[in-house]
Amino acid sequence: MSAVRRLAQRDRSPNRRKRGVLPGFGLSTGFTVFYLCLVVLLPLSTLAAKASGLGLEGAWRVIASPRALASYRLSFGASLVAAGLNVLFGVVVAWVLARYRFPARSLVDAAVDLPFALPTAVSGIALTSVYARNGWIGRFLEPLGIKAAFSPVGVTIALTFIGLPFVIRTVQPVLEALDPELEEAAAVLGAGRWATFLRVLLPAIVPAALTGFALAFARALGEYGSVVFISGNMPLKTEIAPLLIMTRLEQYDYGGAAAIATVLLAVSFLLLLCINRLQAWTRARAGHA
Amino acid sequence: MTGPLESALPAGHRGARAPAAASARSPVTAPSRSRLRRAIEDPPVVRWALAALAVLFLAAFVLVPAAVVVVEALRGGLALWWKALADPDALAAIRLTLLVAAISVPLNALFGLAAAWSITRFRYRGKDALVSLIDLPFGVSPVISGMVIVLLFGAHGWFGSWLAERGLRVVFAVPGIAIATLFVTFPFVARELIPFMQAQGTEEEEAALVMGASGWQILRRVTLPNVKWSLFYGVILCNARAMGEFGAVSVVSGHIRGATNTIPLHVEILYSEYAFQAAFAVASLLFVLALVTLVAKKGLELRQASARRETIRQSTRSDL
Repeated sequence: MSAVRRLAQRDRSPNRRKRGVLPGFGLSTGFTVFYLCLVVLLPLSTLAAKASGLGLEGAWRVIASPRALASYRLSFGASLVAAGLNVLFGVVVAWVLARYRFPARSLVDAAVDLPFALPTAVSGIALTSVYARNGWIGRFLEPLGIKAAFSPVGVTIALTFIGLPFVIRTVQPVLEALDPELEEAAAVLGAGRWATFLRVLLPAIVPAALTGFALAFARALGEYGSVVFISGNMPLKTEIAPLLIMTRLEQYDYGGAAAIATVLLAVSFLLLLCINRLQAWTRARAGHA
Repeated sequence: MTGPLESALPAGHRGARAPAAASARSPVTAPSRSRLRRAIEDPPVVRWALAALAVLFLAAFVLVPAAVVVVEALRGGLALWWKALADPDALAAIRLTLLVAAISVPLNALFGLAAAWSITRFRYRGKDALVSLIDLPFGVSPVISGMVIVLLFGAHGWFGSWLAERGLRVVFAVPGIAIATLFVTFPFVARELIPFMQAQGTEEEEAALVMGASGWQILRRVTLPNVKWSLFYGVILCNARAMGEFGAVSVVSGHIRGATNTIPLHVEILYSEYAFQAAFAVASLLFVLALVTLVAKKGLELRQASARRETIRQSTRSDL
C-alpha cells in the first residue's frame, strides 16, 4: 500500500484527524497508562485503604496525638522558614547570576544545582559535619549561643539546602528573559532605580518567586534523608513527620503510619495544585509582558 | 549609529534603538546621562554587596558542605579511602546499587519515551490529568514511597500471603528495593522529554510519514536522533536518583549488611557507627556521581544554546 493511500485512509477516520496523524497512539498511550497504574497508582492506593482501615476515630487518635502534632509543627514550621530563606536569598542569587558577570560565575551557577544532584544521605552527613559543634561553621556559631546541629535550627538548615535550587531556577530565567527596554522605558519616564525595581522588576519576579517558594516548601515537607542526620531525632523536639512515619513502620504500626502519611500527602497534593496554578499565572504574566 | 544616550547605556542595553534615540533627538529634555545610568544599572556598592551575599549564602549551604565531603573522604590519605571502598560490605553495596539502577533506569526510560510520544504527538481528552499523574511521585515523601511498597508486598500487604505461599520475598530483599526505586525515579525521563518534544513539534515526523516511513522507522531514524541528548540527560538524572535514593530504599531494605544495603544505606550505617572517614569515603562515590550529573547538565545547556544559534543563523541566511 502506498504511503499516500495509507495517509488518505487515515484521514478518513475523523478521530485520527482530531488526534494527530502519527502512528503509535494506542501503543504509547496504552503502555503509559498501564505502567502508571502499575508503578504509581496501585501502590499509592494501598495507603488510602490502610488509613481507612483504622476507622475515623482510630485515625484521629494517631493524627492528633501530641507526638504527631509536635512533628507537624516542626515539619511545617521549619519548611516554611527554609522556603522563606530561599525566597529571600534565592532572588538575590538569581539576580546576581542573571545580571552580573564575575569570575567563576559559571562555577557558582553550577553549584546551585548540587542539592538536586547530591544524594540526600551524603548531604545529610556533610551538613551535620559542617554544623556540628566542632564543625567548620558550627564552631563559629557555638560562641554565639547557636546550637545548629541536633536542634530545630539544624532541621531548618537541611531543609534550606534541599530547597535551595527551586527559587533560583524559577526566578533566574524570568530575569534573563526580561526585556531591558522595560527598565529603559521606566528610566526615560523618570523613575529612579528603586522605583524601577519596585514597580517594573518586582511584579515580574513575584509569580516565579512564589512558585519557587511552593516547590521548595513541598520538597522540604517530605524530605527525610538530609534531615535525619542533623536533627538528632528526639521525639516531641526534633522529630519531623516523615521520621515519625518511619518510627511507626519500624514498630509495625502500619495503620498509624498510613494515617500520618495521609495527612502529609494531602498537604503535598494541595501544594502541587497551588504550584500548577502559580505556574499558569507565571506563564500568563510572561506572555502578557 | 550611536547617539549620546545610547553610549550611556550599559552594553546589554544597546539593542534599544528606536525609543532611546528618538528621545535623545527630541527637544523635550531627556533625563541626564548619569541619571539614566543610575536608573538602569545597580550602583557598584549594591553590586558588590549583592554578589557577596549570594556567594556567602551558597558557600554556607552548598560549597562548604561539598568541600567537607572531599576533605573528610581523603583525611586518612588515599590508602584509607581505598580500604573503605574495598571492604566486602561496601563492594556488596556498590554491586546492589548498580543492579538496582540497571533494572529501574531502562524501564523508566522506556516509559518516558512512550509517555512523551503519547503526550506530545497526539491530542486527546484527559492529557493534562495524565501529565499531572506522571508528576505524582515528586510530591510523595520518600518515606511514604517506601511504605506503600511495604503495604503492597509486605507480610500483611495486599500480595503478602500470595508471595509467602510461593516462597517469594519482595520486602527486605532486592526486588523491593528495585520496585521502590522504580517508583521514586518514575517521572525523571518523561519530565525531561515532554517539554523538549513539545517544543520540537511534529513536522519532521509527519514529513517522514508522508515519505512512507513506518512508526518504528520514524521513532528510530527521526525522533530518537532528535531527542537523544534530552533523553540522555533524563537518563543521567534518573540514574543519579536511582543510585542515591535513601528514604524509600531505607524503608524496604531491612538493612541487611552485604545483602540489602545500597551505597546510601551503607553510608548511613558507617556514619552511625562513628566510622566517619569510611562513611565519607563511600559517600565520595555518590559525590562524584552528582558532579557527573552537573557536568552533563552543563553540557546539554551548551549544546542547546549552540543549536539555537545555529537555527538562527540558518534562518537569517535563508532570509538573505
